[in-house]
Amino acid sequence: MAGKGWIGTILRVNLTEGTIKKEPLNMQDANDFVGARGLGTKYYCNEVDPKVDPLSPENKLIFMTGPLTGTAATSGGRYEVVSKAPLTGIIGAANSGGHFGPELKYAGYDGIIFEGKAENPVYLHIEDELVELLDATEFWGVGVHEVTDALSERHGNARVATIGTPGERMMLFSGVMNDKNRAAGRGGMGAVMGSKNLKAVVVRGTGGVSVANPEAFMDEVIKARTILREHPVTGAGLGALGTEILVNIVNEVGGLPLRNGRDGSYWEDADDTSGERLVETHLIKNQGCFGCTIACGRVTKVEGRGDFDGFGEGPEYEAGWSYGAACGVNDIAAIVKANFICNEQGMDPITLGSTVACAMELFEMGAIPEEDIGFPLRFGDAEAMVKLTQMCADGEGFGNTIGLGSYRLAEKYGHPELSMSVKKQEMPAYDGRAIQGIGLEYATSNRGGCHVRGYMISPEVLGIPLKMDPLVTAGKGALLKTFQDLTALCDSTGICLFTTFGIGLPEIAGQYREAVGSTETDEEILLKGERIWNLEKRFNMEAGVEKDTLPPRLLREALPDGPAKGKVSELQTMLADYYEARNWTADGIPTEEKLAELNLS
Amino acid sequence: MPKQLVVDPKKCVACRTCELVCSFKHNEEFNPRLSNVSVFHYEEAAITVPIMCMQCDEAACAAICPTGALKRDADGVVTHDADRCIVCKMCVSACPLGNVSYSPAKRKIFKCDLCGGDPWCAQHCPTGAISAVDPFEAPDRKKLAADKLKAATEEVLA
Repeated sequence: MAGKGWIGTILRVNLTEGTIKKEPLNMQDANDFVGARGLGTKYYCNEVDPKVDPLSPENKLIFMTGPLTGTAATSGGRYEVVSKAPLTGIIGAANSGGHFGPELKYAGYDGIIFEGKAENPVYLHIEDELVELLDATEFWGVGVHEVTDALSERHGNARVATIGTPGERMMLFSGVMNDKNRAAGRGGMGAVMGSKNLKAVVVRGTGGVSVANPEAFMDEVIKARTILREHPVTGAGLGALGTEILVNIVNEVGGLPLRNGRDGSYWEDADDTSGERLVETHLIKNQGCFGCTIACGRVTKVEGRGDFDGFGEGPEYEAGWSYGAACGVNDIAAIVKANFICNEQGMDPITLGSTVACAMELFEMGAIPEEDIGFPLRFGDAEAMVKLTQMCADGEGFGNTIGLGSYRLAEKYGHPELSMSVKKQEMPAYDGRAIQGIGLEYATSNRGGCHVRGYMISPEVLGIPLKMDPLVTAGKGALLKTFQDLTALCDSTGICLFTTFGIGLPEIAGQYREAVGSTETDEEILLKGERIWNLEKRFNMEAGVEKDTLPPRLLREALPDGPAKGKVSELQTMLADYYEARNWTADGIPTEEKLAELNLS
Repeated sequence: MPKQLVVDPKKCVACRTCELVCSFKHNEEFNPRLSNVSVFHYEEAAITVPIMCMQCDEAACAAICPTGALKRDADGVVTHDADRCIVCKMCVSACPLGNVSYSPAKRKIFKCDLCGGDPWCAQHCPTGAISAVDPFEAPDRKKLAADKLKAATEEVLA
């Protein structure tokens, strides 16, 4: 209901017909599925056949905010882009910060559903009540930063979410970029946007967001913000050193996958690519997204390095790893540059860097001939890595093969087992052999290889909220289930997952309750997270999801050195515990009983 | 004597918490366009500047107000009385810092009232980029420069 964290209106834009409708928000679903990721997925599942071709006009693309988006809630500036992901063929929900999500609510809309396909390139312009599709022909073929500047200026300092040229070409891991450098990055949401000939969404709003219980809400906000300010990770570490603070920490447990995971997960050069080094070399200042007290964003610059010169943001830890340890490149300027290219053209740097790493391994073993690439591609070659990233952005030569992602690339050259991916999406920067629980997360994540569906690094490495030995398997299944449910809840409210380094269910539920005017208990609210998880899982099964497993390298090749020397992932043991904790069958299928309990049957 | 708001752009991370809490305090809704403080971000320079009313000693807004809606209260804060305001918007034109605003949506004039003594923008700023200080304790740049010279001298002598 309007005024309780929600505006109460959804935009439905049919690009084939060129029509725009304003619909009341489905409040029952908003209540049951919270918002953003959960609510966006519910709308999607209600309306789209799970067998749909992600890049066909029959697919839909949903932008959805949460009830805390645009409020003073802890880091409450997030929105979600939801569709079937072209990279994986299962549900894709990509979360982004910046200022775009709040602006959409200030303009008077909780979300947007895009249907069909425009005949020619268009962009959606929103200014409060005015909503119109405008010609985007002049912006087709133009990069993210330039389009953002041009459209923002044309429409009175509006906020812009757009795709780069890879998205236009439907490159499988192109993202939706808002406020220039904030990404709904994974799975290829940009390709879905490009398939619809939709270049950008431009929004300017002058309204506001109200909450059900203003005074109590502000009390909850202040309580949660105080915890974040006083916590060493959210109050000091992330602001000072960014997410790259993790490089040395993860390397110390022998969990930083080196050279496509071929050479284990302990790297002598790790510190050359660390958050500390980034601060010394390229950081200009840290920056926060909307309403964020953590401010982990990196404003960075490379000067005096020729082709590597540039100005922008990042890298985050994951990109720092994919272009660093994964490619065996210890030149931090090259890493920063490759990440700039990803931002400027809207590409997922986890998948891209990891795909370059996979190609490097295939090249070194002789599986990819040099004439296919055009130049040698050895681990540690910073110039080749940056060049290939640019070629992928430009759709040039072997860059197009990189644009398939590592699974399709490795399969093309006869070695699908060397793709470090799960369900065709690349795993991020933690080795599932050295950190057992994160391996289980990769195998079971509802969007394929992904760390931000259940961030087991928190307990296994950082000791948050409790310390667990990364090498043991006992208890990981049940804990991961709780983490995944809580994360689904957190994402769906519209606040940033990084807040959960400091706050937990009581603070998330507290802010949510006072915003929407609920009297539900913490546990009842957490159950919505479990409902969202099972909804995603059910969609994936209907879409034809592959089984929950890991690349053979993690299951069979023991780590050669480091603190986790000799370890492989003990996935099967953990999977059994996990399915039991979820009350699913031994094959990982949600039971009728569980679905009924969650009102999903 | 009211508190003085002091802005340190070096510390600002552009999160706009000040805009959120200000609009909420005065309107019970989160709406940056109803905030008395506005955050300007200069991307190329990587500098962000929050701007708000400085409670001028010679307040042009109050001087030009034809109905006495804007006037200095007993605490020294230039406040706005909506009941007396005819929304002529002369104050918006008069303020050389642009810190009196008009909302077309709400059809009203609004400006900073220092939240009655404990400004929320400063209270909730996560980095201390906005602080509310006693005017007599406002950062003395001469003293800061002297501190630096002292440290340098110590180094030379050591």
